[in-house]
Amino acid sequence: MAGIPHDHYEPKTGGERWLHRRLPILGVLYDTVMIPTPKNLNWMWIWGIVLTFTLVLQIATGVVLVMHYIPSTEQAFASVEHIMRDVNGGFMLRYLHANGASLFFVAVYLHIFRNLYYGSYKEPREVTWIIGILMYLLMMGTAFMGYVLPWGQMSFWGATVITGLFGAIPFIGEAIQTWLLGGPAVGEYTLTRFFSLHYLLPMILVGLTVVHIWAFHTTGNNNPTGVEVRRSSKEDAAKDTLPFWPYFVLKDLFALALILAVFFAVVGFMPNYLGHPDNYIEANPLQTPAHIVPEWYFLPFYAILRAFTSEVWVVQFASFVTGGIIDAKFFGVLAMFGAIAVMALAPWLDTSSVRSGRYRPMFKWWFALFFVNFFVLMWCGAMPAEEPYATISLIATTYWFAYFLVILPLLGVIEKPLAQPATIEDDYATHYAPATGGTQTVSTPAE
Amino acid sequence: MTLKSTLTAALAALLILPAAGFAAEEESHVVDYDFPFEGPFGTYDQFQLQRGLQVYTEVCSACHGLQYVSYRTLGDAAGPGLPEEQVRAYAANYEVFDETLMEGEGDYRPATPVDSFPQSAISNAPDLSLMAKARAGFHGPYGLGINQFLRGIGGPEYIASLLTGYTGEQRQQAGATFYENTAFPGGWIAMPPPLYGEDVIYEDGTEATIEQQARDVSAFLMWTAEPKLAARKRAGFAGVLMLGVLAVLLYLTNKRIWAPHKRKIKDVPAE
Repeated sequence: MAGIPHDHYEPKTGGERWLHRRLPILGVLYDTVMIPTPKNLNWMWIWGIVLTFTLVLQIATGVVLVMHYIPSTEQAFASVEHIMRDVNGGFMLRYLHANGASLFFVAVYLHIFRNLYYGSYKEPREVTWIIGILMYLLMMGTAFMGYVLPWGQMSFWGATVITGLFGAIPFIGEAIQTWLLGGPAVGEYTLTRFFSLHYLLPMILVGLTVVHIWAFHTTGNNNPTGVEVRRSSKEDAAKDTLPFWPYFVLKDLFALALILAVFFAVVGFMPNYLGHPDNYIEANPLQTPAHIVPEWYFLPFYAILRAFTSEVWVVQFASFVTGGIIDAKFFGVLAMFGAIAVMALAPWLDTSSVRSGRYRPMFKWWFALFFVNFFVLMWCGAMPAEEPYATISLIATTYWFAYFLVILPLLGVIEKPLAQPATIEDDYATHYAPATGGTQTVSTPAE
Repeated sequence: MTLKSTLTAALAALLILPAAGFAAEEESHVVDYDFPFEGPFGTYDQFQLQRGLQVYTEVCSACHGLQYVSYRTLGDAAGPGLPEEQVRAYAANYEVFDETLMEGEGDYRPATPVDSFPQSAISNAPDLSLMAKARAGFHGPYGLGINQFLRGIGGPEYIASLLTGYTGEQRQQAGATFYENTAFPGGWIAMPPPLYGEDVIYEDGTEATIEQQARDVSAFLMWTAEPKLAARKRAGFAGVLMLGVLAVLLYLTNKRIWAPHKRKIKDVPAE
């Protein structure tokens, strides 16, 4: 297997040799846990662990919730209340699960921003990036369907609005919408299929997590300098890296404990803060809520979806060119999915040979603006579809696309990057003195 | 570095931006009443819940139901904490339809503690089980959710404000009477003023003003909506405490493990 040169697992005892000949699972685990990791990783390299933990947390709480939940329009809402009132610890399970979704998205957004700033998506980590985008899409699908299950007002109307988007696709949209819903409108069969998929997709996420880790363990981690770990020899690599265990495991666990402390404070003291009060009203197809708002983590894309009204000239132009096939609604849908598509293409749109934003004086500011812009979009998504929010959404959406389609390609050509350190060791040496050999607190399991 | 502070600020913004932080165009007037269950350590006041139960029973229950609340929970120590005989006696005041009676034809029988409160008696009176969580009294400002972060979502405050918010004005519209209310979004509500003062006689001698009754029944409805509030806060506190200790220990371990590799240059004597 390619990768950074390091010591591999050697079976010692008779039992280990017996197993290793038949299934080299201990070797795989050893190589995974002892992988050489750039020693200059900063605190933005903790979100992967947070995400992995959250996935496990969601599955663990979810499995128990499923034991008490009833996926029928008649009983779904009542069964959630049964969990909240009668199931031992049920209120905690449900609040952990509901807020766990928010933790998941906080972590994934920071994880993505880390990648965008340090150029982690660039050659040779494109596959890791694409798998990550797929995982993000699956997460969104899972979260959306999970939100429908309690069968509150926002569940029902959110599902109606979002599945309605597919209905905007010309010619085949209506058929797709019916297929998604299992009928002409959100109802019993929508709930049962969403329930089924809400259970399936996280399992696929587990699989993709393994592939995601496999991919970046092959290329090695990126790091804040964006300079590759030297692979010329085991000794050179060892100067740039430290093994994942125990150095990064403990660092990540410390960060995780801190983040979970905040998470528990939210769950314990303000569990409904991130939810919508309307979802404590049972779904009623005859009564539309005054404002249908998605969960906070969908708001930026909801803003992009709504930004394109029929008054926008681009929409009018697209409509004219296609003879009316692309109307404002369909344009909005295309823009929403397009926003993620252009992000997925970042490895090929970014022309700069320098990975890390640290050595890109112009990029740094465009990135900062992109970061702020994300929150502007999120805010617009929460506001009613009227002025001035419509105009702000449109400007912010334009910047989102401009960042990927114009700024990233151009910057690589016009920007003069700063000098990068020759090696990670050099960068590290500017901050820290050479390691002491004296305090050998680290065990070396290979020996 | 500027980027780091931007990230920190944005993370803070992320945490305080709820989906519910939605500006209400209808300026409704919600008073930020103090309740004993507010704050990280606040719990329900058992006497207040009992008074609230009395208001609910004697006033609200004429129209509204509590279908998700079972009578036995009235005996919960973290709730109204009624003695068992009182719970039985209270339940027996209600009748439930039991389909196992009359050889499968079903018949009415007095309710027992395992039964739930009835549903609303009239169709346009919403069930009140979850009302205190289904309404947001506080909004904004500017969709940022800061008010909800600082003061809570405001469900019980909204209910209390609604009950005290009648101006006395009424109007006829499409054959129905609407009553002006300063807390209700839109300003006109179909529910006639339920409280006039001294609607119930409190056994503990508390004066039954409109505001007192409104606050008591709002607290009671918060309990019906969130009966496990005290247990939840305990779990949250234990979680924060344990994870805090764990974080400190991990911080120290991490620091020690990294120490040989993270010696500051200035601490090392030049050779």
